[in-house]
Amino acid sequence: MRVLVCVKRVPAPGARINITPDGLAVDTAYLAFTTSPHEECAVEEAVQLVERHGGESTVLTLGPAEADEQLRYAASIGVNKAVLLPIDSAEWDPQRTATAITTAIRTLEAADGPFDVILFGNESADAGNFQVGVRVAHALARPIVNGIKGIEVDGDSLKARRESDAGVEVYALTMPVVLGVKEGINLPRYPTLKGRLGSKKIEVGQVVPEAVLGGQQMVSLVQSAEQVSQTIMLGNGPEAAPAVVDLLEELGILK
Amino acid sequence: MTVLVVVEHDRGTLSPATLEALAAARTIDPVVHALTLGSAADILAGELAAHGAAVVHQVHHDLLSDFGPEAWGESVAQAVRALQPDSVLACGTDRGNEVLAQAAARLDLPFVANVISVDVADVWRVTRVRWGGSLLEACTLTAPTKLLTVSHHAFEASESPAAGTTASVTVDLDPVLARTVVAERVEREAGVTLATAPLVVGGGRAVGSAEAFAPLEELAGLLGGVVGCSRAVTNNGWRNHTDQVGQTGTRIAPDLYMACGISGAIQHWVGAMASKKILAINTDPEANMVTKADYAVIGDLHKVVPAITAEIRRRRG
Ligand SMILES: Cc1cc2nc3c(=O)[nH]c(=O)nc-3n(C[C@H](O)[C@H](O)[C@H](O)COP(=O)(O)OP(=O)(O)OC[C@H]3O[C@@H](n4cnc5c(N)ncnc54)[C@H](O)[C@@H]3O)c2cc1C
Ligand SMILES: Nc1ncnc2c1ncn2[C@@H]1O[C@H](COP(=O)(O)O)[C@@H](O)[C@H]1O
Repeated sequence: MRVLVCVKRVPAPGARINITPDGLAVDTAYLAFTTSPHEECAVEEAVQLVERHGGESTVLTLGPAEADEQLRYAASIGVNKAVLLPIDSAEWDPQRTATAITTAIRTLEAADGPFDVILFGNESADAGNFQVGVRVAHALARPIVNGIKGIEVDGDSLKARRESDAGVEVYALTMPVVLGVKEGINLPRYPTLKGRLGSKKIEVGQVVPEAVLGGQQMVSLVQSAEQVSQTIMLGNGPEAAPAVVDLLEELGILK
Repeated sequence: MTVLVVVEHDRGTLSPATLEALAAARTIDPVVHALTLGSAADILAGELAAHGAAVVHQVHHDLLSDFGPEAWGESVAQAVRALQPDSVLACGTDRGNEVLAQAAARLDLPFVANVISVDVADVWRVTRVRWGGSLLEACTLTAPTKLLTVSHHAFEASESPAAGTTASVTVDLDPVLARTVVAERVEREAGVTLATAPLVVGGGRAVGSAEAFAPLEELAGLLGGVVGCSRAVTNNGWRNHTDQVGQTGTRIAPDLYMACGISGAIQHWVGAMASKKILAINTDPEANMVTKADYAVIGDLHKVVPAITAEIRRRRG
């Protein structure tokens, strides 16, 4: 089985997201970088699919040269190959991103054969455009379902499960398929020392992306209105319990 | 036609977010058109009219008897080609975003997800949420038909009676689209869920283990609430991901959220901020959760939580 997983490098903010003075980017001066938890799970799922069914997994990202870090992280937990689509900025608009990824997939498939399963995150952590995977799948004329929290392979077909307000929905698909994965599908492993050392040595392939601008262009980032509240201190330690229970009564929670 | 709203429903049960999308549409043009997919949705025409739908366009097709992202997306695309609206609005929900992404791919048009405001001009300027709501983005949208989803809670649903004349739109769906129609469904058991619970007792990394959640379970049980947790907890395998509150977990909106040993990282906060009141229990008075909360107790959750439970039992006698 050949599996491809697409991830996006994003900053990992703590208590607050700060914006650069020009209003065009998140201030990353003091931040580490990561991917969406959905994508971390997609990477883990790619590794598990290959562990269970044999074959090979590949991780792909479109991003700055530094996104090499996210590719190698995926390799450190067991992904076999990595591909970078280098761009000069932190991100491209979603249409442009999807076109570039589609072209790269065609190039990779022409060289090494088709991917049976292509995994995306349900949405990227920062932009959350909810569309790159769907656009790529459509361009490749493959089925896609988002929000997947369970994959069960049986021969060349698979069952993909997701949760909705009504309950659990199951989709029955025949490979090749594209799936948008949600956190909770698995518990991503941590890299071992051996995995980390091995990931330093893998060769990261490059496909230079080319695609025109899409119709959605960012103008600026704006801080969302922060909820300000005067915190009422109910006390210290277990002695505060009566004050807490008074509050529960006052709010009508304890009747 | 100026604005068309894609109605979200599940086998004929209307998603409340649709009413917010109708309210958003009315800010673009007072004459709102709605689109329902599948005959199960025909019964919704009256309610849609009450919320401002002048015309309800109905699509009937065998492939629309249950949800299917490709069949729904293709139907929206064909309706757009037939009706030629200037803009199409859907709900900023999992389904709404998925369906509009499908339609956008098929129409080769841009699609802006989770919008909170629209400035209609020669070049549209829209504001959308990023980071699950922790940050906003102003962007331009250039397209012959503008496709948008409306962020949940950004607009308030309100009644605004309109004619609600029904019309029918014919679609021609390739049978291959049956491949992504729901094949089986297991209905959710009735009961309080994390998303709807009136009280949530949340536990973070400081709880320390799966077993150490027992006192939080006990307190939540006494008050008719449920237990939630942070990603640090699910990452450690102490609780199932279905209990996770936050950007990549569940958005909660209880009357009271008791956040125990949770630092209040922005990705957690965004899932908790719709709570009516928040009480933080934390050893660190400077923790983000404490400074943003309405109430706080400074102390060790392992001592404070059992003390609250004991005090409730004492008062109940
Ligand atoms: C893209 C992205 C998405 C994410 N999505 C989510 C999400 O959906 N949900 C989520 O929760 N996180 C999410 N995170 C992770 C988030 O950034 C934090 O890492 C996480 O919320 C931290 O969990 P925590 O507060 O339990 O742990 P910590 O940050 O370690 O906080 C522990 C807290 O416990 C306090 N404490 C210590 N001992 C005690 C004691 N004995 N009694 C009381 N208090 C004590 C400490 O003062 C501290 O405030 C996401 C991150 C990223 C990058
Ligand atoms: N720059 C990128 N490089 C690789 N994959 C991406 C990129 N942007 C988005 N994706 C993938 O597409 C999914 C959906 O992204 P989005 O449409 O931005 O919400 C993400 O979870 C990733 O799997």
